[in-house]
Amino acid sequence: MTAVLDADGLGKRYRRRWALTDCTLKIPAGRVVGLVGPNGAGKSTLLNLAVGLITPTCGRIDVLGTLPARGSAELGRVGFVAQDTPTYAGLSVADHLWMGARLNPGWDRQFAEDRIAQLGLDPAQRTGKLSGGERAQLALTVAVAKRPELLVLDEPVARLDPLARREFLQSLMEVVADQGVSVVLSSHLVADLERVCDHLIILVASRVRLTGDVDQLLATHHLLTGPRRDTDRLPADLHVVQESHTDRQSTLLVRTEAPILDPAWTVGQISLEDLVLAYMSQARAGASNNGHRRLTGVPR
Amino acid sequence: MIWFAWRQFRTQAAVVFGALAVLAVVVIVTGLQLRHWYDISGIANCAAAGDCDTVTSAFTTHYSWLQTLLGNVLIDFFPAVIGVFWGAPLIARELDTGSYRLVWTQSVTRTRWLAAKITIVGAASIAAVGLLSWMVTWWSTPFDKMANNKFDPSVFSERDIAPLGYAAFAFALGVTAGLLIRRTLPAMATTLVGYIAARVVVLIWIRPHFQAPLHATGLLQAPGSDSGLVKLPGATLAPQPGSWLVSSQILDPSGHPTNGRIEVRIGDPCVATHSCLTGYHQTITYQPASRYWPFQWYETSLFIALAVILIGFCFWQINGHRLPTTSRILPGTRPDTPSRPEETLDPDPAALLDRATFTAAERPMAVRGKAGGHRLPDTRDGTDGSSR
Amino acid sequence: MECLVIEFHLDTRSGLPPYRQIVDQVRRALRLGLLEEGDQLPTVKDVVGRLAINPNTVLKAYKELEHAGLVTPRPGVGTFVTATLRDASLAAHGPLRRELLRWFAKARRAGLDEESIEALFRDAFRASAEQDVA
Repeated sequence: MTAVLDADGLGKRYRRRWALTDCTLKIPAGRVVGLVGPNGAGKSTLLNLAVGLITPTCGRIDVLGTLPARGSAELGRVGFVAQDTPTYAGLSVADHLWMGARLNPGWDRQFAEDRIAQLGLDPAQRTGKLSGGERAQLALTVAVAKRPELLVLDEPVARLDPLARREFLQSLMEVVADQGVSVVLSSHLVADLERVCDHLIILVASRVRLTGDVDQLLATHHLLTGPRRDTDRLPADLHVVQESHTDRQSTLLVRTEAPILDPAWTVGQISLEDLVLAYMSQARAGASNNGHRRLTGVPR
Repeated sequence: MIWFAWRQFRTQAAVVFGALAVLAVVVIVTGLQLRHWYDISGIANCAAAGDCDTVTSAFTTHYSWLQTLLGNVLIDFFPAVIGVFWGAPLIARELDTGSYRLVWTQSVTRTRWLAAKITIVGAASIAAVGLLSWMVTWWSTPFDKMANNKFDPSVFSERDIAPLGYAAFAFALGVTAGLLIRRTLPAMATTLVGYIAARVVVLIWIRPHFQAPLHATGLLQAPGSDSGLVKLPGATLAPQPGSWLVSSQILDPSGHPTNGRIEVRIGDPCVATHSCLTGYHQTITYQPASRYWPFQWYETSLFIALAVILIGFCFWQINGHRLPTTSRILPGTRPDTPSRPEETLDPDPAALLDRATFTAAERPMAVRGKAGGHRLPDTRDGTDGSSR
Repeated sequence: MECLVIEFHLDTRSGLPPYRQIVDQVRRALRLGLLEEGDQLPTVKDVVGRLAINPNTVLKAYKELEHAGLVTPRPGVGTFVTATLRDASLAAHGPLRRELLRWFAKARRAGLDEESIEALFRDAFRASAEQDVA
């Protein structure tokens, strides 16, 4: 499958601060990709680069095979919902659909109107008066009704109450099932991503820490507990992500593709949320190039 | 995009053009009345009848409040108001509220977006100011005929086509300020300041030199011998009515400029012979009345040219320089310590199993520990027994 | 207008991946006779619209059921049940269930609390399973 997003050494600097550093990614098509990381990690920057709202300081990024937002046709293939779902507060719901119809040659008017009716939105209502969840659904409708190949969503559910969040994700999954569109969505709530994403990117402090299919990641990361052991003496293909030790016991989060044969270890599975947290805390603690860092607590 | 630009703008347009329509009614009614009074006042023949003073001063009392309102307030402020309220928020508002993130990701390029907005609102700005200027000029015609002072700086910028240039410039300045400053209120303030500064600079330093002004010198108390000079009561010279007196100086017999005051000592014998002013010259620079219309064109063209340059800059800026900072792609410039991402399981597309053929039995990477108590969640059901 | 025969639910705490839970729920429905031959499974769109999960998950589950020979996809229409897991012993379910209820009542009368009953039941269940294997 072709890559919907192909970044190579991508970097973005604002004045003195590097918001995104040396980002190299290849996101396959047909996935729902979760971009997760703490606030300020660079998620919005990466997504804004992907839709062409900003341009890179160094490196390059290709979306659907071309430069982002290069022309009208390229803009029509990518749908975007920005953080805080911006809308024109003075215009009505119907006005926004009308805007979508006039500004997008590929606009599916029937789909948009059906969706608005299904969501129960009043077309004459000004968007400034809609609730957060309703605005998010409207923004999603506008992004999807032009039949894009890729949907980019920047923290679409961050400010929503749990019901609105669930309804938004239901809507989104229906669209994916229906139109087969690829999705890249960012969030700092891992529980949401666990349900809907099948590919994950972990971004901490402007760098990509981990990317891969969720199934693969969960299959290759293991929680090992056993008697206190010096990690230098582990097999070479066992990469320790996080470790903690008491006097008698060692607990390690490892990544490996080979079976773990040492009977001294109790091998356990790890949830996606804990996996992400482990990488995030490890990155925050300022891991060096070689990788692991001692912590005082048990990772779980 | 044109229709969307109009949709965003239509309320503001309705307010302003509605107000102009109301004003038009007032202008037409009072203007016709004024013309009637002008015709019956006899101002046209007052020079022959010799009663110009009384007749004109009687006439100027008509609608004096409206004179001030139309001539001095509205037409003076209107171009600036247009620039500040229509020009500055045009882009700044979208950047301020973040709605640019919605509209720039629709299938319309920024160039088309900007072009549509500038076309709609710019055209409306020029139309509104043009309409007002036309109304003011028409309404003021009787006063202008009477005073014959259209070339004066204060009146010049309130008549005919000059306000159109101001409107175009103010609008373009507003749009540029909005694009560069990105916040609505600071952009509006900057537009106002910049507009006033430009107007002042042109008025004082540029307008007098659109064409080289004419000079004239004359002895005081002598009848005007050069064409274009007229002796007014009080022994001073002035150019013909309708001309623009740019500057005027009185020089003493040795050629030094006085400040308009000539000192005479008490008891000086010249008083008796009425010759105190002999030897005194007056030099004036002026633009003759015939140049009024060329100057209107010069002034308007200058401001429109400035507007075009500013708009051109906006188009250049919006495409080559994307928000929020300017971008220069520097290949090979990397931050320090460019470490590879620590664990990158980059899926090789060729190795990915197509979802159509995926089953649990064919799952790759099923890692299993031999230690007891461990189970892989997906193999609990007995339907497959694969493991690697 | 299609009518939904079964609905899926997701237990996020069970430790089972979502696709496995869907497979299990279909199998259980087949076993209990809630799903019969010719019934249509909910469309992928319906399932994800209710559960807010990735469509690939549902596809994976349906694919596995297809491989097990229990369902078959009809392109453009949906996925339909082709076989049942119902065994002939369904007839025995009624009396067996009644016997179980009688046993539970007896255990309660003997003074066992809920936890002890459950522990006793599971222990005996496991023991009998081992016996069968042996």
